[in-house]
Amino acid sequence: MATNPEGQMGLYGDAVVNGLWRENPVLRMILGMCPTLAVTAALKPALTMGLCVIFVLVCSNIMVSLMRKGLRPHVRILMFTLTISTFVTIADLFLRAYVPKMSEALGPYVPLIIVNCIIIWRAEARASKSGLLVSVVDALAMGAGFTLALSILAVIREILGTGKLFEIQILPTTFPAWAAMGMPVGAFLTFGFVLGAMNVITRNRS
Amino acid sequence: MDTVYMLLTGFISVVLINNLVFTKFLGICPYIGVSGRIDMAFGMGLAVTFVMTLSGTLTWMIDHWLLIPLGLEVARYVAFIMVIAAAVQLVEMYVKRFFPSLYESFGIFLPLITTNCAILGLCLFLVIWGVGSLIEAVVLSFGGGIGFTIAICIMAGIRENLRMVDVPEALQGAPITLITAGLLALAFMGFAGMI
Repeated sequence: MATNPEGQMGLYGDAVVNGLWRENPVLRMILGMCPTLAVTAALKPALTMGLCVIFVLVCSNIMVSLMRKGLRPHVRILMFTLTISTFVTIADLFLRAYVPKMSEALGPYVPLIIVNCIIIWRAEARASKSGLLVSVVDALAMGAGFTLALSILAVIREILGTGKLFEIQILPTTFPAWAAMGMPVGAFLTFGFVLGAMNVITRNRS
Repeated sequence: MDTVYMLLTGFISVVLINNLVFTKFLGICPYIGVSGRIDMAFGMGLAVTFVMTLSGTLTWMIDHWLLIPLGLEVARYVAFIMVIAAAVQLVEMYVKRFFPSLYESFGIFLPLITTNCAILGLCLFLVIWGVGSLIEAVVLSFGGGIGFTIAICIMAGIRENLRMVDVPEALQGAPITLITAGLLALAFMGFAGMI
């Protein structure tokens, strides 16, 4: 399949469709819940988180794909974790240097990307078995799928919670801000109902 | 007396008010995946509490006695995840050697704990909260584990009963679990005024 150009295109296309929809890490596989719930009170932190995850995912997939021939089964997970935590440290230092306020708001959830199942899942399922280019496309697609899911939640929560989106008033000011949406309760309820909606959509299609 | 009072309020705060599951969203994955049966949830909770106390204490010691004096805060995350992985391995070997029957019941949970975000999350929160003394770090990490156990057991109890309830088809599985968790989080908000 690797020599067949059409097969290659199919491989990339598959990776993109899988990442965004068919195997969307948050909405379909229900992985990486902790950041999904924690940073989606507003759209801005959600997008920052999404970008961080894309960065870490791409870098770790590149590294894992490059060293896949030298990996030994019993130290595999350890090597993945070390690679991931190195890139998470880079991302965290970058945020702290350039957007200190956002870094403070995200708190421990940036370093917690280390134990985000999505990244280790892609390292194990894709990067440790495929070439460089496929791994990068896969990482970009999965990261985009993650960011998409976070944005959906964040848009719902921010609009209902504050009536604003990116500081711009969306709902009429007479709308009473639904403060609970910005709290943990809102996170759990919104995610629950979004997953429920996903179930309805997929059932109607099949 | 002041220290005792401070430790007690810290413990209550981390168990109820700042519960790792309901207010910090940590350890949600096992919470959704495992908490179908109350005895398994309790086993998982105990294993997590044990590892959390151990790794919270160890990472605090490494952070304060090694990384900060040497100016190596940059290596904090790498060091923390290594300590947690090593602690889980040690616990696994120790339990297997000396308490084989306990190992049988813990068995599947122990390796999973390395990637439980509640453990790393708590170690990071100890840094963020600026915990100043070793005893405080021990008490807070133990409290974090107890809070996790309480959350996961309450959830397992509810889910055992949910099986007999007519849940709308679209909400079956993970969605209804999350909605239940949301209502529990609402209930736990009531503790906020305690201290």
